[in-house]
Amino acid sequence: MSLWKEFSKGILRENPLFVLVLGTCPSLAITTSVENGIGMGVAFSGVLLGSNIVISALRKVIPDSIRIPSYIVIIATFVTMVEMLLHAYSPSLFESLGVFIPLIVVNCIILGRAEAFANKNGVMPSIMDALGMGVGFTLALVIISTFREVLGAGTFLGYPVMDSAQSAIIMILPPGGFITLGCILAFLNKMKDVKAARKTTLNQPVAQQQLSSN
Amino acid sequence: MQEMILIIIAAVFVNNIVLTQFLGCCPFLGVSKKLSSAIGMGAAVTFVLTLASVITYLVQIFILEQYEIVYLQTIAFILVIAALVQFVEMVIKKYSPDLYKALGVYLPLITTNCAVLGVAIINIQKSYGFLQTMVNGFANGLSFTVALILFAGIRERLEDADVPKSMQGMPIALVTAALMSIAFLGFTGLL
Repeated sequence: MSLWKEFSKGILRENPLFVLVLGTCPSLAITTSVENGIGMGVAFSGVLLGSNIVISALRKVIPDSIRIPSYIVIIATFVTMVEMLLHAYSPSLFESLGVFIPLIVVNCIILGRAEAFANKNGVMPSIMDALGMGVGFTLALVIISTFREVLGAGTFLGYPVMDSAQSAIIMILPPGGFITLGCILAFLNKMKDVKAARKTTLNQPVAQQQLSSN
Repeated sequence: MQEMILIIIAAVFVNNIVLTQFLGCCPFLGVSKKLSSAIGMGAAVTFVLTLASVITYLVQIFILEQYEIVYLQTIAFILVIAALVQFVEMVIKKYSPDLYKALGVYLPLITTNCAVLGVAIINIQKSYGFLQTMVNGFANGLSFTVALILFAGIRERLEDADVPKSMQGMPIALVTAALMSIAFLGFTGLL
């Protein structure tokens, strides 16, 4: 039951991109198409899963004072593995993600999870945490890239859904990334406010009625 | 000489590292609330970026390519950068306490700044020579600083603006960055 909680928290409550606003560099740069978004999400999840397993397994072996360099070496190892796998089995994705594959090393989410979770918990919870965070990040990338690809190129996963003559090319240019993420965060803030407001009206119906009658 | 000037103009305006290449977005959004801290961060990044470009270039030529272990590039570069940042921090602390006071807080953050590793890898990918690598590292640091200072200036003014409640904080910062990015798109035809 608690394992399920570790998994689900990464998807909504602690979504790495939308709630914690970490790892913005790759998520703005490569979300020009849904395909790239999924590819990046999967590569990222693979690295996070590997590094979380190894770090949680070695958490009692690694001395506290050199833990950050050790984590970086472990993460870099998995990044190199993912890079080689992509190069071998999916050269086109490797090309389009480009420099952002090696840059997974410096993605703050991975080091953040190592420091905040894997270094304090066992292997099993760390796996669930990595899977949850990975799914959460991938979902966030897919959402952003859906907006950008549909509005900017008029396609979804390469299939035309809109008249491409009417598409706003700015959405797949760099500014589109900033605009999309900004609007999504604003929308989430609004939802949070609405939810909070509803909760207070439910809890204090009398006070609200008095206010409105005044 | 002309080539060097072209590299600098291309890095600062045409391919601005933050606004068109999205490298270094985290510090760009995180450390841009005040103009003074933006200047400190920009200077620290420029310094480390120039040094890191040179050293990673030497590592690539004399170690990785020499012994044919180029596949270790990512691991080698990130370790070199992490060690370099630590080293710079110690040297500045020892010899220039004033500079340390100004830059000290920002130095540890630079290890996980993807701009540094990104530029180091791009230098190798574009097969720049030694001098070009150095100039490109410096130019990209400059480009980060320019974007950061402009952005911080706007954000300081934005504090007084009447922003809708749900847009406050990060969302309005991102939309501002988008508008700046559109402005920088205007430089595209420059070269």
